[in-house]
Amino acid sequence: MNLKLKIWRQDDKSSAGRFQDYEISDISPDSSFLEMLDLLNEQLVEKGEESVAFDHDCREGVCGMCSLTINGVPHGGERGTTTCQLHMRKFQDGETITIEPFRANAFPVLRDLVVDRGGFDKIIQAGGFITCRVGSAQDANLTPIPKPVADSAFDFAACIGCGACVASCKNASAMLFTGAKISHMNSLPHGKPEKDRRALAMVAAMDEAGFGNCRNYGECAAVCPKEIPLDVIAKMNRDYAVATVKDFLGIG
Amino acid sequence: MKLDAKTPEGPIAEKWGRHKFTNKLVNPANRRKYNIIIVGTGLAGGSAAATLAEQGYNVTAFCYQDSPRRAHSIAAQGGINAAKNYQNDGDSVFRLFYDTVKGGDFRSREANVHRLAEVSANIIDQCVAQGVPFAREYGGLLANRSFGGAQVSRTFYARGATGQQLLLGAYSALSKQIGLGTVKMYNRHEMLDLVLVDGHAKGIITRNLVSGEIKSWAADAVVLATGGYSNVFFLSTNATGCNSTAIMRAYKKGAGFANPCYTQIHPTCIPQAGDHQSKLTLMSESLRNDGRVWVPKNAADCEKDPNQIPEEDRDYFLERKYPSFGNLAPRDIASRAAKEACDEGRGVGPGKRGVYLDFAEAIKRLGEPAIRERYGNLFDIYERITGENAYIQPMRIYPAPHYTMGGLWVDYNLQSTIPGCFVIGEANFSDHGANRLGASALMQGLADGYFVLPYTLPNYLAGEKPGSASTDMADFKEAEEAVNAFSQKLLDTKGSRSPRSLHLDLGRIMWEKCGMARNEAGLKEALEQIQNIREEFNTNLKVTGSGKSLNQELERAGRLAEFIDLAEIMCHDALERDESCGGHFREEHQSHDGEAVRQDENFAHVGVWEYKGSGEKPVLHKEPLVFNDVQLAVRSYK
Amino acid sequence: MSNPCCRHLNSSIGKKYLMALSGLVLAGFVFVHMLGNLQAFLGQEALNAYAYKLQSIPAVLWGFRFFLLAVTIVHVATAISLVRENRAARPKPNGEEKFVQATVGSRSMGFSGALLFGFIVFHVLHYTVKVTHPGYKDMHYHLSKAHKDVHDVYTMIVTGFQEQWISALYIVCMAFLCLHLSHGVSSLFQTLGIRNETWRKRLDAIAVAYGWAIFIGFVSVPVAVLAGALPLPG
Ligand SMILES: Cc1cc2nc3c(=O)[nH]c(=O)nc-3n(C[C@H](O)[C@H](O)[C@H](O)COP(=O)(O)OP(=O)(O)OC[C@H]3O[C@@H](n4cnc5c(N)ncnc54)[C@H](O)[C@@H]3O)c2cc1C
Ligand code: HEM
Ligand code: HEM
Ligand code: SF4
Ligand code: F3S
Ligand code: FES
Repeated sequence: MNLKLKIWRQDDKSSAGRFQDYEISDISPDSSFLEMLDLLNEQLVEKGEESVAFDHDCREGVCGMCSLTINGVPHGGERGTTTCQLHMRKFQDGETITIEPFRANAFPVLRDLVVDRGGFDKIIQAGGFITCRVGSAQDANLTPIPKPVADSAFDFAACIGCGACVASCKNASAMLFTGAKISHMNSLPHGKPEKDRRALAMVAAMDEAGFGNCRNYGECAAVCPKEIPLDVIAKMNRDYAVATVKDFLGIG
Repeated sequence: MKLDAKTPEGPIAEKWGRHKFTNKLVNPANRRKYNIIIVGTGLAGGSAAATLAEQGYNVTAFCYQDSPRRAHSIAAQGGINAAKNYQNDGDSVFRLFYDTVKGGDFRSREANVHRLAEVSANIIDQCVAQGVPFAREYGGLLANRSFGGAQVSRTFYARGATGQQLLLGAYSALSKQIGLGTVKMYNRHEMLDLVLVDGHAKGIITRNLVSGEIKSWAADAVVLATGGYSNVFFLSTNATGCNSTAIMRAYKKGAGFANPCYTQIHPTCIPQAGDHQSKLTLMSESLRNDGRVWVPKNAADCEKDPNQIPEEDRDYFLERKYPSFGNLAPRDIASRAAKEACDEGRGVGPGKRGVYLDFAEAIKRLGEPAIRERYGNLFDIYERITGENAYIQPMRIYPAPHYTMGGLWVDYNLQSTIPGCFVIGEANFSDHGANRLGASALMQGLADGYFVLPYTLPNYLAGEKPGSASTDMADFKEAEEAVNAFSQKLLDTKGSRSPRSLHLDLGRIMWEKCGMARNEAGLKEALEQIQNIREEFNTNLKVTGSGKSLNQELERAGRLAEFIDLAEIMCHDALERDESCGGHFREEHQSHDGEAVRQDENFAHVGVWEYKGSGEKPVLHKEPLVFNDVQLAVRSYK
Repeated sequence: MSNPCCRHLNSSIGKKYLMALSGLVLAGFVFVHMLGNLQAFLGQEALNAYAYKLQSIPAVLWGFRFFLLAVTIVHVATAISLVRENRAARPKPNGEEKFVQATVGSRSMGFSGALLFGFIVFHVLHYTVKVTHPGYKDMHYHLSKAHKDVHDVYTMIVTGFQEQWISALYIVCMAFLCLHLSHGVSSLFQTLGIRNETWRKRLDAIAVAYGWAIFIGFVSVPVAVLAGALPLPG
């Protein structure tokens, strides 16, 4: 396959970026999108140019490191698929592909296509955990958890923290991500004691990190590679409201 | 180099209990005066950082990804073992201990393995309490599955993403401590050297991968939890960033490297499609429960549409060779059998490096919906990568490097031969001998981090004065300068070979000569070829960009430098270990029907390599392995 | 802002709650208002009697007006603050901007809302304060049952809509109201956390139906006037 690429290049956080055009030929349709970029980089290095920086690690759709907005859609628009799992056979020979970093002010560009998603870590640090001192846990089977509850907790916990939800959202809202974690932990019996605190603290951290407000567009769930449902935002809203009322009344 | 395993006295089941009691404790008020560096925040490092911080120590942790949540532990699919006996099928601590020693082909240290089996049950309790959503039965209790090499169901799992869920559990515990300020976390920082002060590990040098800044960090102890080194093969199931830099730097500062040649090759991976390939993807082994492995009987049929090849022209080689275990033969055996078939020219797919895993019969027997229910997500992954539909056409699979049993040598306390330098998780050599059983790596990483290191590290600290080292010391300045000079050299070489292309070459040599099957001639050749690659690397490397910014070419080059040296000790070790055991298969040592044959009289030991300087042959030391509680036996899966 | 309720209400989700609750009140109001307007089809007497009933007790009337004003202010002020924060959260796109699935309604909430705000201001000046058409003030009607002289709302409406540009303006604005509600009504359930995957599709459909019902209900009056189905009395 032969392709034209329009790639965002930026030296560092403080400099301005620009699109640069590249051409690449003889790409196997069996190669993955990132492998296509690997080959582009090999060619750039050969010419003595700086390679295009992009994030990646596991390359099997689970670590959440890869990003990229491809032709305007984070992770390229194939349902339930991360960029690293996207394959070139999904593109047309001769096509022009636009490649940009994930876009949000809370995700500053560090270089080229690499962004800083540290805001997500901050949200988790604020309350995305269930406190349990090592060694103090009871026997694992002491608290049975109904299978449907455990299964849906898993669905929520499947989030890989990639940030596509934020990048797809015209409001740069992190509510799908935050909602997924809150829903995961708040739905399990072990997570209940910290439920209210968690909802309040994580939402506060989310706001603090500079993410926007959800306006119920639903783009996030459509691009989420783990197909996290919009439900989690509704659940989070509900938990937050309950926590607020309790906080106001001074109960719980 | 002195190898004192410091195994406690007493009956095997009492060793750990006694040891915990005799270990010195640090007064709670003094704990925050101690600073501990933890490099790597995967399952092992993440759990250790969280636990030590929770105990009151000051922890500074590093990882090369942009968040601790992305460590490669995240990719583990199958599950985690624990001797809970929830299925009432006869499991026990001793059985898990026994299975692990046997599975490791009798090349691991008994006392360590027993401890692992002992704490395994606590891991499950801990993880469940943290909110890890393990699979459950309708009654609400935890579900288990069985996994290769065991006759009991002791594997806990969370769909096909057990590693992810466990890592997110450890990450959440770690995050809590970061939020509290007890752990300082530095993401996108790569450790490039270990710093010793008076022979004790007292700090590290890192490169900030965003700004390029080289910096020193001082502490009272250093813990390495940087994972495995399968990427020495270039193509493996590991994440593209996995590297051996931290352990190799420690090795070069005096830590013994144990059993570097023990690598595990996983039989069910998606075969390589071409030279563009950057990594190989693992498909859960559970596929072998219903899929039948075959190749055409005649090499001439290999290009044919598999569905057109009649039954009598197919060779179901695992069923033929191992009638009782059939398609479920252990990893190393299944892998080697596939390689043999391909070596005979009967491989299928691109490059004729692949064998069929056929579900046609299972689909006929159980119906497509049942297969979809069981393996739907795996079939989807397969289709995404290969573009082929495995419901109508057999899958193609091929073995790929997956896990490294070798690693830095550690004693019972998980301390390397450098005092103050502790090594946990896949980075150490400790528990799996020459072959790791499925679902045991996650167990080991978490055992080390949650339950072992937090008892053994304080014993070391108790004998150290807190804050004795500082980054102003000459030792740090020197190390920092050396690191700077090395980076500069990489940038200044200005030759014509990219790091990726050299790594590809290295990987090819290692895969062919030091992969699934090894022999003396091949290993000697490999040693020579590695020399050539090093020469190319030193004189003809091309790294564009600068050292003062995010530069992924420079990162690759730095990692490759250590892989080259590692490849060399792997080949030395493979050559020296003149026997077949577990994942190490020397063609010279096989039975008439191709089984691995151990040489217990000469090789019932851990092979530990000591660095002697660049270009010098390292020196081999041996830690004898004594078996009191299990009988050495021949592994048979016929 | 030390009071927990104020603090939480000022957060992203707090604001969404304000938005949703005020939206709920407004959506309810327009429904009732629409039912009121439809009484025009019952004739001059019915409509005028209804209008008189609503306005006969000043305390209730003004209480209601203040409440509605307050709700509108909350709704608009929160909307402005949300939109501003969201602009700040996201840089201007450099490359392609694509929507995967967001509906036109959801994407135009700000625009449709702003237009509605303009509409409400005009509408109140038009029919309530009557500054645009001072002549409306002189329309009177004698309720035959109550024996009272009241304002002739019926004549005012019909006269009003006989001016084609006014009808056109109302119809266009009602279209945007329909759009605003067809997203807003489903969205508010999401915001209030009373929706799940099963109810998502149903609520989406209900919201669209609600938007259309409101549209048809309101638009029927000017359309009927233009079509001559609602004639001036006499
Ligand atoms: C595809 C796959 C499937 C697997 N499935 C299973 C399974 O089902 N069951 C099972 O038990 N095991 C499985 N394993 C093995 C298991 O996942 C690993 O052995 C285990 O997770 C390793 O954990 P770790 O904490 O030691 O290392 P890792 O999780 O690899 O973490 C390494 C850490 O070190 C950091 N690091 C590395 N180098 C540096 C450096 N130079 N400077 C700074 N930081 C550094 C990284 O950032 C990371 O945080 C699987 C492995 C693979 C590859
Ligand atoms: C065709 C559509 C509409 C018609 C015919 C109509 C008619 C009227 C009339 C006649 C009044 C004045 C009643 C009086 O003072 O006697 C009124 C008041 C009002 N209308 Fe409408 N209206 C329409 C649509 C709307 C819509 C869509 C809204 C809101 C979005 C709205 C909001 C109001 C408000 C706020 C008042 C003032 C109530 C008060 O405090 O007195 N109207 N409308
Ligand atoms: C006065 C001018 C108005 C403005 C500026 C305005 C603006 C907005 C905005 C920006 C939103 C948020 C949408 C989102 O989050 O995506 C919204 C929501 C909403 N609006 Fe309005 N609006 C106005 C009037 C109205 C009126 C008159 C009604 C009812 C008839 C109404 C009903 C709603 C509803 C039901 C919602 C949904 C709340 C939610 O998302 O939870 N709005 N409005
Ligand atoms: S919710 Fe989905 S899109 Fe968002 S971070 Fe998680 S996995 Fe990525
Ligand atoms: S796209 Fe954005 S507006 Fe909400 S529903 Fe998703 S966060
Ligand atoms: S690289 Fe890990 S999810 Fe894509």
